[in-house]
Amino acid sequence: MTSTLRALIVASGFGAVALAGSAMAQDVKPEAVAFSDSGGIETPVAAQAGSAEAGQKVLTDRKLGNCVACHQVSTLDAPFQGNVGPSLDGVGDRYEPDMLRAIVVNPKKALYDGTIMPGFYTLDVGKHVREDLVGKTILSAQQVEDVVAYLQTLKE
Amino acid sequence: MKTKVILAASVLALFSSPAMLVTAYGDPAEAELSIDGEKIAVTAAAPEGHPFDTLYSGWLYREPETRALEEDSFENPGMFGVEQGAELWSVVEGSAGKSCESCHANPEEDMKGVGASYPKWDADSKRPINIELQIDKCREENMGAEPYKFDAPQQKALTAFIKHQSLGMPVKLDLSEGEMQKWWDQGKEMYYTRTGQLNLSCSNCHEDHSGNMIRADHLSQGQVNGFPTYRLKQSALVSVHNRFRGCIRDTRAEFPKAFSDDLMALETYVTWRGSGLSVETPAVRQ
Ligand code: HEC
Ligand code: HEC
Ligand code: HEC
Repeated sequence: MTSTLRALIVASGFGAVALAGSAMAQDVKPEAVAFSDSGGIETPVAAQAGSAEAGQKVLTDRKLGNCVACHQVSTLDAPFQGNVGPSLDGVGDRYEPDMLRAIVVNPKKALYDGTIMPGFYTLDVGKHVREDLVGKTILSAQQVEDVVAYLQTLKE
Repeated sequence: MKTKVILAASVLALFSSPAMLVTAYGDPAEAELSIDGEKIAVTAAAPEGHPFDTLYSGWLYREPETRALEEDSFENPGMFGVEQGAELWSVVEGSAGKSCESCHANPEEDMKGVGASYPKWDADSKRPINIELQIDKCREENMGAEPYKFDAPQQKALTAFIKHQSLGMPVKLDLSEGEMQKWWDQGKEMYYTRTGQLNLSCSNCHEDHSGNMIRADHLSQGQVNGFPTYRLKQSALVSVHNRFRGCIRDTRAEFPKAFSDDLMALETYVTWRGSGLSVETPAVRQ
């Protein structure tokens, strides 16, 4: 077998895997996210597994999660952490992943309706949404999974 | 199962958190304010039907250095705007060849208490108007001059000058005039309506979480008794509608036009929420 032929076979093999991947696993659309009876979300909303490292960035980025505007995480050296919400230290002990996911996706469903915390992957939003944001969620499905992966690392 | 038990416990803790805020760190400072010998009421007993028992001026939530700036008229950078307003008072403008002074000869006397009682019912336009709109009214009807563009430096300076004549006087609205009550109701509805992609209402921040830190900001009750306020961040006087629009914009919503019905209703209601606090104009804020 020539090396060209071998390369071709390997390449097409990869192609098949990639194809299968995109055909099978897709992000769950925000309107299709299913809450379980206990209020959690068991199925990840993104096709790819979350990355805790990427999640950490989402937590501190003002344009993304901006979570530290309201929450403290003592292991992060982000400045000006707020206390509108409880400290997230040890939150990985307090909640299972399905609950963490539900809280990030839509805390109005996961916690209680009157909470100030925004839902980061829901279209159930306020009135007069800025025109360019209509129909858009604050975070992407992948960013939600990244955040959930990071929150699971917050153990005491 | 384990998750459920933990969840139930933490949900309970969450529900009890608003009550805990009363004693949580981040309470307003315990301090008294007087400016130029004038005692300023920075706390007041809330009027009937108010969600709070005690009203606190935004001054009490600011850093000591910021508070000190407001305490001393010579240090207060907002006083520059007040002085500009005093100068504008005698500037002739418009086809009638008049200045404010032509009809209001002693602003220190004539305008005393005026700023504490606006928004006020305006029978001509059949809606509440604020000081900015009253100034425009006089310019158009009494001077033959153009109304100011929103947030023109002259508009902010004259408003600050007029309100400053009520320094130390308690905010008090007359809701019995015209349809003021209806506008108050509409403003209240707005106050509790969540807006924007972030899905937040005024009350989420200024009622449920006043006293907490959001980023670097100590959340106050969102009172308007100090407007126009001098904001250190902007190095300028900031009007009340500019502030409202900023807070609404931060929820990632489209925001109403200045002086629109929506914002006049909101100003009416929010001003009432500060009834009894002293006029502090020009307050200093971060
Ligand atoms: C505007 C403020 C705000 C923002 C922004 C915010 N939260 Fe929250 N969060 C809260 C509040 C407040 C609570 C507690 C529920 C309540 O009292 O309303 C909470 C609760 C939580 C909880 C449950 C904590 C526990 O111990 O019970 C988690 C987890 C959480 N938030 C994660 C996040 C993440 C992750 C982000 C960013 C993607 C975020 N929050 C952004 C305000 C906020
Ligand atoms: C030609 C006369 C005239 C001129 C010029 C004039 N006003 Fe007036 N103004 C009035 C009248 C009349 C009223 C309504 C009756 C009253 O309250 O005295 C009034 C009312 C007001 C009020 C409300 C007072 C209250 O008790 O509610 C303010 C504030 C005011 N004027 C500001 C100004 C300013 C600022 C200027 C200059 C830009 C100005 N006026 C120019 C005639 C004038
Ligand atoms: C996400 C939280 C948030 C929301 C929602 C919000 N604000 Fe604010 N607001 C702030 C912050 C932060 C400040 C600056 C610190 C302070 O005084 O609370 C502020 C300041 C103010 C001030 C100035 C207070 C002073 O003493 O000078 C007023 C007035 C105000 N807000 C009114 C409103 C109104 C009306 C709404 C609803 C339309 C609203 N805010 C919604 C966060 C918010």
